[in-house]
Amino acid sequence: MQTLSRTLFLVALTAMSAVQAAPRDDILAAYTAQAKAEDATFAGFSAARGEALHRDRHSGGKADSPSCTSCHGENTRAAGRTPVGKSIEPVAVSVAPTRYTDAAKVEKWFRRNCREVLGRECSAREKGDWLAFMTTQ
Amino acid sequence: MKPLIRSIAVGVALFAVGAVMLERAKAGSDEFFAPVTDPLTRQECGSCHMAFPAGLLPARSWQKMMGELDNHFGEDASVDAATAKQITTYLVAHAADSTGYGDMRRWLRGVSASAAPQRITELPKWVREHREVSPREWTRKEIATKANCVACHVDAERGYFEDD
Ligand code: HEC
Ligand code: HEC
Ligand code: HEC
Repeated sequence: MQTLSRTLFLVALTAMSAVQAAPRDDILAAYTAQAKAEDATFAGFSAARGEALHRDRHSGGKADSPSCTSCHGENTRAAGRTPVGKSIEPVAVSVAPTRYTDAAKVEKWFRRNCREVLGRECSAREKGDWLAFMTTQ
Repeated sequence: MKPLIRSIAVGVALFAVGAVMLERAKAGSDEFFAPVTDPLTRQECGSCHMAFPAGLLPARSWQKMMGELDNHFGEDASVDAATAKQITTYLVAHAADSTGYGDMRRWLRGVSASAAPQRITELPKWVREHREVSPREWTRKEIATKANCVACHVDAERGYFEDD
């Protein structure tokens, strides 16, 4: 009986995590298609490039937020903080499994935050790289 | 064991009654501003800072702000048109000067009828309420900015701005 309920629980859990991972995969697939369209030599996303995008200090954006880490913090698994002092949930998928599952939300914040940090919108490749990095975190 | 449970239960009940009475006393004063109840507004206007209660600004201020979200105090807070419309409707209906909604007009004392102030923290009433806060307080690291109400008003998310 106990084994059965444990099995059922595990099945439900797997089903649940599949439900959460699927939209994230869809979002990545959409960025892949877009990246290919933007650059014929595109050969897949890179978590290492994503990490550099995340941690580097950029110029071109706002002086008080030169890096993604200005708000999201150095530690991807810890909470970040907005300039107004509000706490931001961690960005690492391992500790925030519901993240990057709503395409409109993801797009909205990439648009806002890339302008804020880089002074321009991010390319599809940059977005995919960044998401690839967060998925490894 | 039993008497202990009973006294805990009595304590909890008394506390609940006290909380209700406190809530009644505070509604209608400058200490209570009804928190945002619209989930969309809470979500869209509550990610960078707390979702400020609509009763803290007049309707015309919210209308102006909602028309300029792409440059919102130097940040891009823009949303799609349908979202903006729903948020504007909510904020305007619950604004400090909206008829039938609480009595928040006193909060706007000193604001000219033609002005659409964008900062709560520049309203004459707000400035008055905070004139005794020492300049050192505002520069404390956890505070970051005057707009970080929650740093000092721990119950601000629930609408309470009493002296903590
Ligand atoms: C000025 C502060 C700030 C900076 C700088 C910043 N972010 Fe954000 N970011 C936020 C806030 C606030 C949210 C929304 C709150 C949340 O999702 O918890 C967010 C959310 C996001 C999301 C959506 C997460 C989701 O759950 O869908 C992405 C993607 C994102 N940021 C990427 C970036 C990237 C890439 C950079 C650097 C180029 C960056 N951010 C820099 C404040 C910032
Ligand atoms: C992308 C981040 C972001 C989002 C989203 C956002 N705001 Fe803001 N808001 C800010 C910043 C930054 C300030 C300036 C804070 C400061 O001066 O320290 C601000 C300030 C304000 C102020 C003035 C606070 C004061 O100083 O009195 C109000 C009112 C306000 N926002 C309302 C809204 C409303 C309504 C929405 C939703 C439509 C919203 N905000 C969404 C970033 C944001
Ligand atoms: C640095 C801490 C601090 C911050 C930040 C702060 N306040 Fe206050 N606030 C106080 C203190 C202290 C008082 C009480 C002043 C007194 O009693 O002399 C007060 C009083 C008030 C009152 C009057 C309450 C009453 O008892 O009548 C209101 C309303 C209020 N604050 C709203 C806000 C709002 C809205 C924000 C954010 C936009 C904010 N405060 C940010 C410290 C702060």
